Amino acid sequence: MKALRFSRKPAKFAAAMVAGRLSPGAGAKVGPLALRDVDPPDLPGPGWVRVRPRLAGICGSDLATIDGTSSRWFEPIVSFPFTPGHEVVGELDDGTRVVVVPVLSCVARGIDPPCAACAAGRINHCERIAYGQLEPGLQCGFCESTGGGWSTLMLAHEQQVVVIPDALSDEAAVLVEPTACAVHAASQVQAGRVAVIGAGAIGLLTIAALRRAHEGLEIVATAKYPHQRALAAELGADVVVAPGELDRAVRTRTSSMRLDNGQLGGGVEAVVDCVGSADTIAQALRITAPGGTIHAVGMPGVTTVDLTPLWQREISLRGAYAYQRHDFDTAIELVAERDLGRLLTATYPLRSYEDAIAHAASAGSRGAVKIAFDLRSERERDRI
Amino acid sequence: MPRPGFVLDVDKSTPPILFHHGESLRLEKLPAGRSRVLYPGEPLPALEDVDASIRHALDNPLGDSQPLRALLRPGMKLTIAFDDISLPLPPMRKPDVRQRVIEAVLDVAAAAGVDDVHLIAALALHRRMTEAELRHAVGDRVYDAFAPSGNLYNHDAEDLDNLELIGTTKHGEEVEINKRAATSDLIVYVNINLVSMDGGWKSTATGLSSYRSLRHHHNVKTMQHSRSFMDRHASELHSSNWRMGEVLRNSGIKVFQIETTLNNDTFGTSGPMSVLQKREWEWTARDRATFIGMKAGLDRLPVKARRKIFNSWLAPYGVTSVQAGEVEAVHEVTTANVFKQQLVTIEGQTDILTMGLPYICPYNVNSVMNPILVMCLGLGYFFNMYRGQPLVREGGVVIMSHPTPWEFNPVHHPSYIDFFEQVLTETTDPAELEARFEKQFAEDEWYRHLYRTSYAYHGVHPFYMWYWGSHALQHLGKVIIVGGEPRSVRRLGFTPASTLDDALELASDVVGRHATITHVHNPPLVMADVR
Repeated sequence: MKALRFSRKPAKFAAAMVAGRLSPGAGAKVGPLALRDVDPPDLPGPGWVRVRPRLAGICGSDLATIDGTSSRWFEPIVSFPFTPGHEVVGELDDGTRVVVVPVLSCVARGIDPPCAACAAGRINHCERIAYGQLEPGLQCGFCESTGGGWSTLMLAHEQQVVVIPDALSDEAAVLVEPTACAVHAASQVQAGRVAVIGAGAIGLLTIAALRRAHEGLEIVATAKYPHQRALAAELGADVVVAPGELDRAVRTRTSSMRLDNGQLGGGVEAVVDCVGSADTIAQALRITAPGGTIHAVGMPGVTTVDLTPLWQREISLRGAYAYQRHDFDTAIELVAERDLGRLLTATYPLRSYEDAIAHAASAGSRGAVKIAFDLRSERERDRI
Repeated sequence: MPRPGFVLDVDKSTPPILFHHGESLRLEKLPAGRSRVLYPGEPLPALEDVDASIRHALDNPLGDSQPLRALLRPGMKLTIAFDDISLPLPPMRKPDVRQRVIEAVLDVAAAAGVDDVHLIAALALHRRMTEAELRHAVGDRVYDAFAPSGNLYNHDAEDLDNLELIGTTKHGEEVEINKRAATSDLIVYVNINLVSMDGGWKSTATGLSSYRSLRHHHNVKTMQHSRSFMDRHASELHSSNWRMGEVLRNSGIKVFQIETTLNNDTFGTSGPMSVLQKREWEWTARDRATFIGMKAGLDRLPVKARRKIFNSWLAPYGVTSVQAGEVEAVHEVTTANVFKQQLVTIEGQTDILTMGLPYICPYNVNSVMNPILVMCLGLGYFFNMYRGQPLVREGGVVIMSHPTPWEFNPVHHPSYIDFFEQVLTETTDPAELEARFEKQFAEDEWYRHLYRTSYAYHGVHPFYMWYWGSHALQHLGKVIIVGGEPRSVRRLGFTPASTLDDALELASDVVGRHATITHVHNPPLVMADVR
């Protein structure tokens, strides 16, 4: 079978770091990601199924991995070599189309009794993601045992698959997993007014999820590019401004006072940071009202930021990682309601992975939102 | 004898015409056979003895008014209000005519034994004047005599304790003005009437008022029905102010109006700037060399250095008249004197109106001409410099020349930044942005704080700038800015062009390929009397 494999090769990893800094996505050309002929993975045990990916999206966390910018935090919770790809719509051996809930929790790992979080349904809080019958890996796409969506075959536990309606196209279904992330993040927000930083795929989906979850919520969003601006407004943002204009937009919306250095006296009750850079976290800290909450949805990585406002204004900084199983039900509805499949801008075959990664890494400036691999025409797909 | 303004028909022998271009200058060749240039009149003779003319005006008031000295008595409250930093443009060389008038008024007041005197910069919702600016306007002697004791200050339209609601006009317009002025036995208002819009009841009813009062005439409907606001009798802006004046008068408030007019000597008759008020075909070899050198030098300098040079320019205006007495009688004479200098008859409208916008407008003295002010200067002031009918026909095109940088002075124009970033991105329609956003900006506490304690224009002020151009926006088929920063120009809702030729090409989509063109050679100031 064909698979893009990410191996533990320190020299190539270093080369990817350098290349990625020079040109986003360039890590795919020189780093440890390569297209391979590999043996199909073995089913770990009963309850596991084979999934033939049809479309598999490219996520920001994938790009960070490929360009060598992701945190070392992940080292013990991934296993090499792994096949990336956790935004997957595929089909089972019997042809049933499914999306994969990639989080590898206690059930998938054969851990019984499950940890307290999994027992409570909070699979994204699983405390055993490096244990059990599988190699370490927080999700499919980062675990050697399961493979990932950037291949012609991957494995999933039967509790990780969600059957999708016939009416939902593959192009729409591949947006379900990131939409579930957005749904989960939106469910955490408790505010009358929120600022959403970033209008890439996850930012746009979060705006749509916030609008669905909180009808009266006022959403102020940032967007860098014209197509992002239009989509953000269409998906539910009340105000869309350029990133550099957000502080002033929040000030006027909240009638806050503004000090000489630009910091606000007040701010919004909640900020959803869908970028996760040092700049956006610092901006979030500037515009969050005392007692408010910053929801970190975009994967932050290693950042340097002045946390004084966090302390002085008693701001909460809260992560928003993945989802719970029920978020997928909401996500499927949301994808259908808002026709989110249109956010899929382009697809590539596996052999063109360097172009695909480059496109995804510069999606905004190229007028794109979501880039995915299209596995439906891969020759090896039906030979297994 | 100064030559009056006139209209030049452009032919093949016409040299390139001067266009102001912010802190720079351009020479543009206008198409022969279909272009004309409206030139201002040469500076009228200045009064030989300004101080004597002022004293004469105070002693010989116009209309139903006693001489100033007869209105003054010991123990009375006297308030002298004066025009703020927005007049004149550019600022005038010392002594400023306000200083001369105020000193004369104070002499008469002192002789009459009046010792309760306040001086107020009637700035309405404009920014406060700095000490240096106040000193320039009233002179050191007056400043040092009154400011330290707190008797010379800027009007504060947000100081609710010091505003007084006088009444309501028959149109339901609330009239609220500065309490000190309202409770004085006499208000002496000292004007510089640079253009025909200035003065009259607009001085007190606008200059000393509040947002509560101003909103009744500083709005889209009023501005679209002021055709133009430079023509008092065709201006709804003035009609509203006159109604408010009636309320003031009927309430017993006494105003002794002093209005002064200036000539067109904006750039002087000697020195490098003087070439800017000469007619191009009369430029000598020395003038050409001066212009080329000046332009080359300016274009090499960073914008801040250029701005500093221009902002330091003080015009050598001559004072051409002083009128005093009853408001309306004074204003009629004043307006006639303004027209005598600025009004030029021109036959018929044009398809394309071109204008070179200079570095200064009423709201960026010692500051930055931001894109909103570019719009206001071009489509507000220059477009409205007409009597009769607009110089450009309905559905025609205005081509303005200005660099239109995406730049704001954050101290002077904080709400402008937000207006540009948050309002114009939503809509450029004056009525829509008025309905959706004006109240929020007008009542914003931060803007209010900066207006009262710093040097910021009031939060609502950028809206007024946009309303000022609303008649033009309603009238025109297209607006093009030559040499402007494209993203700023687009944010304004206009079309950027690199050159005048490109702009004319773009304009042809709207008015055809053989459209007539009229260029207003302004400044020095010229107003079109369109027949």
